[in-house]
Amino acid sequence: MGDAHAPAKAGDHGHDHGHGHGHDPNLAHHFETMGQQVEAGKLGMWLFLATEVLLFAGLFCAYAVYRANNPHIFLHGEQYLSKFWGGVNTIILLLSSFTVALAVRAASLGQQKNTVVFLALTIVGALGFLGVKAVEYRDKFSHGTLWGTRYHPHDDAPAEHAAPRAAAALLPERDAAVDYAVRTPWDQAATAQERSLIAVPPNVPAVKVTDARVAPEVAAEAGAASAQRLKDAHIFFGIYFVMTGLHGLHVIIGMIAIIWVMVRAAKGHFSASYYLPVDLVGLYWHLVDLVWIYLFPLLYLIG
Amino acid sequence: MSTVPTDNYLTHSRGFLSWALTLDHKRIGVMYLISTLLAFFVAGVLALAVRTELFSPGLTWVTADTYNRLFTLHGAIMVFLFIIPAIPGALGNFILPIMLGAKDVAFPRLNLASYYLWLIGGALAVFSILQGGLDTGWTFYTPYSTESARKGVVMVVTGVFILGFSSIFTGLNFVVTIHKLRPPGMTWFRLPLFLWGIYSTALVQVLATPVLGITLLLLIVESTMRIGIFNPDMGGDPVLFQHFFWFYSHPAVYIMILPGLAIISELISCHSRKPIFGYKFVAFSSVAIAAFGFLVWGHHMFVSGQSTLMSMIFSALTFSVSIPTAVKMFNWTATLYRGSISFCTPMLYALTFLFTFGIGGLTGIFLGALSTDVHLHDTYFVVAHFHYVMMGGAVIAMLGGMHHWWPKMTGRMYNEPLAKLACLLVFIGFNTTFFVQFVMGSLGMPRRYYDYVPEFTIYHQISTIGSYILAVAFVLMAGYLIASLFRGPIAPANPWGGSTLEWHCASPPPHDNFAITPTVGEPYDYSGMAYNPQTGGWEHGHPGKAGPATHGTT
Repeated sequence: MGDAHAPAKAGDHGHDHGHGHGHDPNLAHHFETMGQQVEAGKLGMWLFLATEVLLFAGLFCAYAVYRANNPHIFLHGEQYLSKFWGGVNTIILLLSSFTVALAVRAASLGQQKNTVVFLALTIVGALGFLGVKAVEYRDKFSHGTLWGTRYHPHDDAPAEHAAPRAAAALLPERDAAVDYAVRTPWDQAATAQERSLIAVPPNVPAVKVTDARVAPEVAAEAGAASAQRLKDAHIFFGIYFVMTGLHGLHVIIGMIAIIWVMVRAAKGHFSASYYLPVDLVGLYWHLVDLVWIYLFPLLYLIG
Repeated sequence: MSTVPTDNYLTHSRGFLSWALTLDHKRIGVMYLISTLLAFFVAGVLALAVRTELFSPGLTWVTADTYNRLFTLHGAIMVFLFIIPAIPGALGNFILPIMLGAKDVAFPRLNLASYYLWLIGGALAVFSILQGGLDTGWTFYTPYSTESARKGVVMVVTGVFILGFSSIFTGLNFVVTIHKLRPPGMTWFRLPLFLWGIYSTALVQVLATPVLGITLLLLIVESTMRIGIFNPDMGGDPVLFQHFFWFYSHPAVYIMILPGLAIISELISCHSRKPIFGYKFVAFSSVAIAAFGFLVWGHHMFVSGQSTLMSMIFSALTFSVSIPTAVKMFNWTATLYRGSISFCTPMLYALTFLFTFGIGGLTGIFLGALSTDVHLHDTYFVVAHFHYVMMGGAVIAMLGGMHHWWPKMTGRMYNEPLAKLACLLVFIGFNTTFFVQFVMGSLGMPRRYYDYVPEFTIYHQISTIGSYILAVAFVLMAGYLIASLFRGPIAPANPWGGSTLEWHCASPPPHDNFAITPTVGEPYDYSGMAYNPQTGGWEHGHPGKAGPATHGTT
């Protein structure tokens, strides 16, 4: 049985004592060294981050499928999103990633006060992000640009929204019968014209552009067909709300985690030799940031 | 006679809270074992109810609606509450750290959390039964699930979503444990093959389950907020749901079977007293199965309207999985060759496995081939194939593993003759239940149907009788296993002459597994061990007393 084997390390008994190099109260009983514990913690966190990436990957996949199937819906929907607020939020999250990195650095140097300050700044960033998101969501609710069965865009949308909708409504059909009418005579031209329609700035009346390039009767026909095609425009907003909603949920979870390590840091639980929780929470926050770095261009900047 | 060590993991502390809040991987393993076996019992009773209804065409004893709910819950509970968590959660948790020579898994708190998530997920599933159940089948296909079965689906899917977290946490824990907690000397190629199998499983758990998570989340959002993403009426794509679902659920069948394959490697080597033939091939074949498993999900959708080209590619890729699986089958057979085989209960299960899993694997070829699948799709042939690999594979392997490690876990021996009888009954009952389903499936009996033409009656009746034989076998098994806890002979530390580390510590193991980190050698070195008739176990360092079977080592 076991006693047939010579002890691996003489005098290295039990689980709580006798590690030979001083006992650290932060070392869990089943690890041999602090180094082993840190490595295990980090590997665990990276694996967890991989699962988070895969969770969002499902949504990115859904996004890709629906955008490939309905490009016009995405180009239409994107114009309802505010590049300004999206950009502000991107900057806020990038700065908060910076402050959390500073917090980890401060923790690794044993600077307890700085750790708390930088973590607090990160929370301010997270709150700012959520505040901006709330402004954007309120805007969607007031304009009725919501998901699925709750998609009822109002006609009293502000001016900056009225023009792009007119432009999008005139998008030439791409795969229905009307497609032939538009595309067959001037194959390349139709594509170019389609591009120009999409790229129309919000404040330029769409009709002016189309008048110059499309025969009126074709435009009218295409318009009727496009209205039919845009009946599923809610899909964009469904995906928008699911993606940003799940991301927002991660921001909230991240905030809770940051508050937890901030309280522990304030209580003096961490030192230069033990700051693993700060490190792990920092990694998580970077992921939250990273997901947004993909969400922002995919939702706001595709026009 | 050896006695039960006074301080073991069972007696280390007492009281309800010492179990409910335990961080000891062994106690968590035992809690998982009891809970998953309860789920197995519930789902088994549901299966008997389904088979009873199918005994005669038309109404036998329940209505069509009830029948739909019965088979849905049978599938959902068996898959999500039993097969996926059972082997990693129960046997993996108990055995893995000891086999590794570690004191615990890397994250004991996460381990306990994963158990409680299982409990919450299970409670939601049970709650949904009280609420009227669900009749979508365990696959929750849209748009039916989001349009007609909304109420039930939200509850069950939320439960499965939570179970997914449980599964991820277990997998993550095991990956980190195997990477970071191996003692000195335990190199990758000295890992017992059980650990290679659990490791591969854990990778799939970590990498596939999040996709199930987002799928179920979208299903919940679709059902509650009506975003229309899977609803063709609203421009959504129901086939996308199937892609999402099978992207997880095909790898998930490897989450179910890989731990079973892992157990069989241990059983075959230990009970034929030979090092496993082609260790590295068996080890890498687990990883290969895990990797190939991610590339074949489309073979569930040959008739769902995906393009012919995609179906052809998925069909071709599907055959790739058979290569590492066949490597395992051949290497196990080669291990048996000229081994000193002991026909004890665990080994009988292992041999049963070779037979039933062999049939399950070979019938998979008919379903992986595009042309034959179009004929066999959604017939009882699929049901039979699935049960031959899942029950004939994973469950039989789990039963073998349970009988193999029962003395280690409980410190008691069970009644061997009764155990052999139960194994025989399982073998007969299982094959009677499911073999005829191949026949009626190929004759065109569709799966999930409540009613059938009278020509199929005889097949259904044979199948139902088989399921009753299985029920008898399981009642018998429960009887002698529970009796062994109270009246079973005290188990020696090493009743089978096993060579892996869990047999080096006492039965049941002490709280900390090993007082001293054990020295690690080759995993399957059976030399220098001898049978001691006084303790009924195998011991090192008695070269004079040769046991009944000590040859066969290299």
